[in-house]
Amino acid sequence: MITLEIAGRQVQALPGQTILEAAEAAGIHIPTLCNLKGLTPRGACRLCLVEVTSWRGKVVPSCATVVEEGMTVVAHSARLRELRRTILELLFAERNHICSVCVSNGNCELQDLACELGMDHVRVPYRFPALGMDASHARYVVDHNRCVLCGRCVRACSEIEGAMTWGFAHRGVDTVVATDAGGPWVDSSTCTECGKCVEACPTGALLDKGTSVAEQVKDPEVVSRVTERRPRA
Amino acid sequence: MSDTKRVVELVEPFAGRPGELIQALHRVQSELGYVPSGSKQSVAEIVGVPPAEVHGVLTFYHFFRTEAPGQHTIRLCLGTACHVRGADRVLQALMDELKVGIGGTTEDGVFTLEGVRCLGACGLAPVMMVDEEVHGRLDPGKARSVVRDHRTARG
Repeated sequence: MITLEIAGRQVQALPGQTILEAAEAAGIHIPTLCNLKGLTPRGACRLCLVEVTSWRGKVVPSCATVVEEGMTVVAHSARLRELRRTILELLFAERNHICSVCVSNGNCELQDLACELGMDHVRVPYRFPALGMDASHARYVVDHNRCVLCGRCVRACSEIEGAMTWGFAHRGVDTVVATDAGGPWVDSSTCTECGKCVEACPTGALLDKGTSVAEQVKDPEVVSRVTERRPRA
Repeated sequence: MSDTKRVVELVEPFAGRPGELIQALHRVQSELGYVPSGSKQSVAEIVGVPPAEVHGVLTFYHFFRTEAPGQHTIRLCLGTACHVRGADRVLQALMDELKVGIGGTTEDGVFTLEGVRCLGACGLAPVMMVDEEVHGRLDPGKARSVVRDHRTARG
């Protein structure tokens, strides 16, 4: 066992565990978005940033940083709050996250984070990109306007389902998730229609066809339930 | 032979080598001048990666193009020195003259317009290359006449 300090508390962790896992096991809450239990950590959203005092205050993503003996971790501070809030504001400004007309209103991890971090306004201009949606599939829809590029759909598809249908296409501010060679979802030759991408998606970017405003309820824990029953090699 | 068939031949040496996807795509582009959009599926099957990865790599790197280039490629520098000396106005003139955007090919298939970062001739800024020919100290009018001269010279 490894002993470290998180948020002023002595915490025990197994070698190889991440700071986030150790914190959650000890009941210490750290905000996350791209992280999903059962999937490989990606460190994409940076909302789970923590300060490692024993590394001269270095700020690291707790989901992708492995615990060390004697480590001292600050999980909540004014500096972290400001960093997390800025990241969240940038996420909101990047695409068209209009909660009042979103299928996930009331059941959205991005919206929950905004409440949790007290994001009452956004200090950068909204970009309002003209992004489309793909409703070609009989059962599911992807709405790029709501996507935060966390990659949970991409990882669920490759790591859990093994279909490797989803990938990232283009780059920078133009990055989007795409199926197969970039054609309509319905034409995908690899998609098994398992729906894990929809369940794993934290926002209203992936939805069940036919859902209207505030009707989409997701079950992202399906990923960890599957992995616990079917351990990965 | 169709371009897609040719792609299959070109990619064959990389069969079952997922780590060499980029080299395989480079080979296709250097032989054909582009990687045909319709060949992504075949490349994926031969090299041994998901189609989503081929699509991801092709769209991520600006170097790769998925449409056939024109007979002549105009590469306009949009780097710092050229930008400072008015490359944006030269770009606008070229886009108006050719009626295409960056990365586009004219309707007659004669010119492809590309924006690049530094041609290594900052002293001549703003600079562009038409195939292997360098044209420096450009202004919007001069850029237009270079394009027109090419049209008339090569019929």
